[in-house]
Amino acid sequence: MPTTTINGHEIHVDDEGFMTEYDEWTEDLGKVLASQIGIDMTDEHWQVIRFLREDFREQGETATVRRVQTAGGVPPKRLFQLFPQKPAKKMSYVAGLPKPHGCV
Amino acid sequence: MTDTITQAAPIVPSFNDEGTDRKLAIICSKGSLDMAYPGLILGNAALGEGVEVHLFFTFWGFDMINKKTMGDLKFTPLGNTATHMPQGLGGIPGVTHMATSKLKKSLEELAIPTVPDFLEQIVASGGHLWACRLSADMNHLTAADLYDDVEGIISAADFIELTEGAQLLFI
Repeated sequence: MPTTTINGHEIHVDDEGFMTEYDEWTEDLGKVLASQIGIDMTDEHWQVIRFLREDFREQGETATVRRVQTAGGVPPKRLFQLFPQKPAKKMSYVAGLPKPHGCV
Repeated sequence: MTDTITQAAPIVPSFNDEGTDRKLAIICSKGSLDMAYPGLILGNAALGEGVEVHLFFTFWGFDMINKKTMGDLKFTPLGNTATHMPQGLGGIPGVTHMATSKLKKSLEELAIPTVPDFLEQIVASGGHLWACRLSADMNHLTAADLYDDVEGIISAADFIELTEGAQLLFI
């Protein structure tokens, strides 16, 4: 597993750059990850990211767009605005989680 | 730092933000519960990858957008050898109902949305829904009978024009 250094933080990532160690993530780091992919974090972004972190801790897998709607209360339309084009991958990247495996 | 595999430049996933010009057209021609899902699942997945998605509902697929039937699609083992049940069973009264309930339950357990909810999610994710003109005429249905987010009742030629350059799935 490679490591990469982002803004002075050394983190373990997969080949694409998604973090692989849940506990290496902090909100400061999340902000840096977001800026790497052109996202300026707002309270609404944080609401999604905090839900993803919490949900992963309980479920052991990354929530899909569907689950962020049904369990996290954020509608898909908004998710596509907050994390344009590829919301599922972008939000999991910022949250320091693997890409979702679910089909829906 | 002594780690020799540490990269000089940070590894950041490429999300291809310039946007893809990929376009996907899905023709939904079936009205059974089991065959409604492939198009919905693939269309939804494509939207999540930033692909422009158009679904065209035709013939029996009209049941997926007809307000009267969309929430009540059925599944039957009759004529479906993949259920690995004796074919005679499929014709017994009540078996379709039982098979439908069972399939709905399995889908629910996997948190798969119902057909109307799925269409809602697809539209909210930027997908486009189109109804087939001939199917509407044959069934004497108008826009008022169809799911509200269907963008229009269009001819086959219109759909072909609309999806120029798209990859196409016929289901």
